[in-house]
Amino acid sequence: MNKSSNKFRHLVWPLVSLALLLLFNAIFTDNFFKIEVKKQDSTQSVQAPSVPGDSSVPGTAIDPTEVAAAAAAEEVEAAKQTVKESAGQQAVPEKKDDKGVSIFGYYLYGTPIDILNQGSKVMVLAIGMTLVIATGGIDISVGAVMAIAGAIAALLISMLDAGNCIGAGMGPSVYWIIPVLAALVLATLAGFWNGMLVAGFGIQPMVATLVLMVAGRGVAQLITDGQIITFDNPGLVFLCNGHALFLPFSVWIVVAMYVIFGLLTRKTAFGLFIESVGNNERASRYAGIEARRIKWLTYVICGFCAGMAGLLAASNIKCADSNNAGLNLELDAILATVIGGTSMAGGRFFLSGSLVGAILIQTLTTTMYMKNVSPAIVAVPKAMVVIIVCLLQSPVFRAKVLSIFASKAAKGGVQ
Amino acid sequence: MDLLQTKGIEKQFLGVKALKGVDFAVKAGEIHALMGENGAGKSTLIKIITGVYPASAGSVYFNGKECKFRSPLDAEHAGISTVYQEVNLLPDLSVAENICIGREPRTKLGFIDKKERKVQARKALARLDIDINVGENLSSYSIAIQQLVAIARALDVDCKLLILDEPTSSLDENEVKELFKVMKKLREEGMAIIFITHFLDQVYEVSDRITILRDGQLVGSYDAKDLPRIEMVAKMIGKTPDEINQMQAGIVKNTKFGETVYEAKGIGRVGTISPVDVSIREGEQLGLAGLLGSGRSEIAQIIFGVDPHDSGTMTMCGKSVNFNSPQKAVKAKVALIAEDRKVTGIIPDLTIRENIMLALQASKGIWKTMTLKQQEEMAEKYIKLLRIKTPSGEQLIKHLSGGNQQKVLIARWLATNPKLLILDEPTRGIDVGAKAEIEALTQQLCGEGMAVIFISSELEEVVRDCDRVIVLRDRKKVGEVAGEDISLKNVMKLIAG
Repeated sequence: MNKSSNKFRHLVWPLVSLALLLLFNAIFTDNFFKIEVKKQDSTQSVQAPSVPGDSSVPGTAIDPTEVAAAAAAEEVEAAKQTVKESAGQQAVPEKKDDKGVSIFGYYLYGTPIDILNQGSKVMVLAIGMTLVIATGGIDISVGAVMAIAGAIAALLISMLDAGNCIGAGMGPSVYWIIPVLAALVLATLAGFWNGMLVAGFGIQPMVATLVLMVAGRGVAQLITDGQIITFDNPGLVFLCNGHALFLPFSVWIVVAMYVIFGLLTRKTAFGLFIESVGNNERASRYAGIEARRIKWLTYVICGFCAGMAGLLAASNIKCADSNNAGLNLELDAILATVIGGTSMAGGRFFLSGSLVGAILIQTLTTTMYMKNVSPAIVAVPKAMVVIIVCLLQSPVFRAKVLSIFASKAAKGGVQ
Repeated sequence: MDLLQTKGIEKQFLGVKALKGVDFAVKAGEIHALMGENGAGKSTLIKIITGVYPASAGSVYFNGKECKFRSPLDAEHAGISTVYQEVNLLPDLSVAENICIGREPRTKLGFIDKKERKVQARKALARLDIDINVGENLSSYSIAIQQLVAIARALDVDCKLLILDEPTSSLDENEVKELFKVMKKLREEGMAIIFITHFLDQVYEVSDRITILRDGQLVGSYDAKDLPRIEMVAKMIGKTPDEINQMQAGIVKNTKFGETVYEAKGIGRVGTISPVDVSIREGEQLGLAGLLGSGRSEIAQIIFGVDPHDSGTMTMCGKSVNFNSPQKAVKAKVALIAEDRKVTGIIPDLTIRENIMLALQASKGIWKTMTLKQQEEMAEKYIKLLRIKTPSGEQLIKHLSGGNQQKVLIARWLATNPKLLILDEPTRGIDVGAKAEIEALTQQLCGEGMAVIFISSELEEVVRDCDRVIVLRDRKKVGEVAGEDISLKNVMKLIAG
């Protein structure tokens, strides 16, 4: 067997599944693949958040329950709208367009692009999650860490907008960098805490990260004082709504993260050490690898990725909602990792596979929305597809199915 | 009539032919030794007989019927029980639970009858003349007892053919004698036993017949009394008896020692080993002798920093050091090939190349990487040097036989160019040919100025190879012999006290 085929073998089944799903959409969903090039009016500034019934001024706090549902509804609405608009049923998309500013003035617009944009959160999460899972661990706190990151970013940007924070003098086009950095630092610290519990004190990963999963949303509530903070700073909103080089900016964030962590793991010995520790921790220690430090580092990276995902989530809906930001996304990230071919037992890991897994999950979600499946029951068909993908990946299952076909074929041959 | 018969068994693994048409037969009421070097195909043959792997070609007949076992459980139900080299039991369950697992006695209501289970377990152990508390966790007993529990479990089922794959490698002399008594008793009862071992004495002590495999092919089956020992070895490694005599005579001890490489004064660890002095010079081979559990391996673990010492001081090349983690020891050019290869040695899902480069890379850290070409060259070099049997360095190490895995581990540490190499039972579970190779290799390394600490339960090896021997008993150093004084008799005397 040659080397290159081995190298990409793990990608085969996730890609096949994704292709099947896209094929389904190509047949049953009108204009699914229609991608338009749109021109952005360069003078147009970022509009206020399009939360339905939104009469509040950005930067003020509003009743959480109202927005929670509204935010979810918006995502559904956005998915549908994309189709409608690309079908040309709506007039003058620029006016309704909510997609923020764009470099070069042109950007691509359509359902596949929307999938990439909406899937960016899980893709970013999956990068960190893959490394943690490769060490034989798991981090179920990433959803809560996303909420913390979003909360601190929203709080700081509202303080900056109000002028009562250091750095407000720099002006809104520059000072948005402060909440971004603060959110990433805080999320990285959360990862450091997880790593300390797991690698430092030897607590089982599931238990150790459960602590932050439960407490994290409380911390986020503390930060925002129980309120949902909205914002309209162009820089912050650009993260998940802006476009650069024809694509949503969030896609470029994913690409950057993939390149950074891909290089960090594969161009240094870090990846090898992760795989070694995940496969046989004790033997790795005997070989002179600082197994604890390696594990610790993966949790730190996972925290950083959760922070980035949290920023994307907040930017997407232009507010920090401690109760709902990143809710259940840890499960999507774990799923994406597993679909991508990384074993929950640890060992070999595949960042590219995890990204394909994340895209697969988002394609599925978007398909459900576009088929008017109620968000409340989306989980059911999603679970079914996931089962199918996992079965396809299982060599045992494939062998069984093949043997059934083989025996049928043999019988047929005799007759 | 033959109880078990295989005809033309072939097995192919990812481009490697592990077995090439093996015919093999065992009669009821005989102890049949299956011999061969590492990678000769013994384990593969056993795994095909017991249904772990399907055969690529050929057939297995048991009790006169052709059998296609799909799992070890299948084979067990038919009456073939296997005890593997590594104890495959559940350490956190009690001895009784382990013995009865999968066939628990039930009460009338269908619940597990715990009392009856203990009774059955005690009965099963009594057959081997073992009397232990069956309610204790398995892990609280020594590996030797665990091995015997595994055998008791195998006998507990209605067993016609018992396969023992290296059952004696972790047993001490008395335990081996006990095991042999049991084996002979079972033979009287009409059971057939397939016995795999690397200890040649043991083969002749109990076996009626001997079958030899080499490179996946059958060399032949012989009556034990008609096959002289030297001829058996010759057939195993494919050389003439004369050539073997030359190989054994080839070991020449190094006599020129250089500076002191490592010196420890009063290093110890409470509950593990009493304070002990250890020093070793360049080119010297220091043996640690003693019974299993006497503290041999513990000293190695302390020197390497796996279990940090809590008393005493150590110096490496004249500089004071404190190895409280393996990382520090590795960076100071100490290497340890530890006792339990599966747990502390191999990284099963990594390739041979990655396994070889691991320790060197660990000592370099994350940033200073080797190019793929350098790695491949390194792997290639050691595969050739140590004669590792594999189609390429990209093979996963878990697909190699035990002896070849051991060679990969040796390669891993040689690649770091160590000043002090500690070998803990490097020859356990590997064959004569590989043993001689490893012995010759350590001598050669000593000649090049490396300091080697050699730990083995086989005293002959220690006596034959070492320049100085520290003898341990009950986790204390009880004596030291050097030079001309090293003899089996002297070392034995010290061990016995």
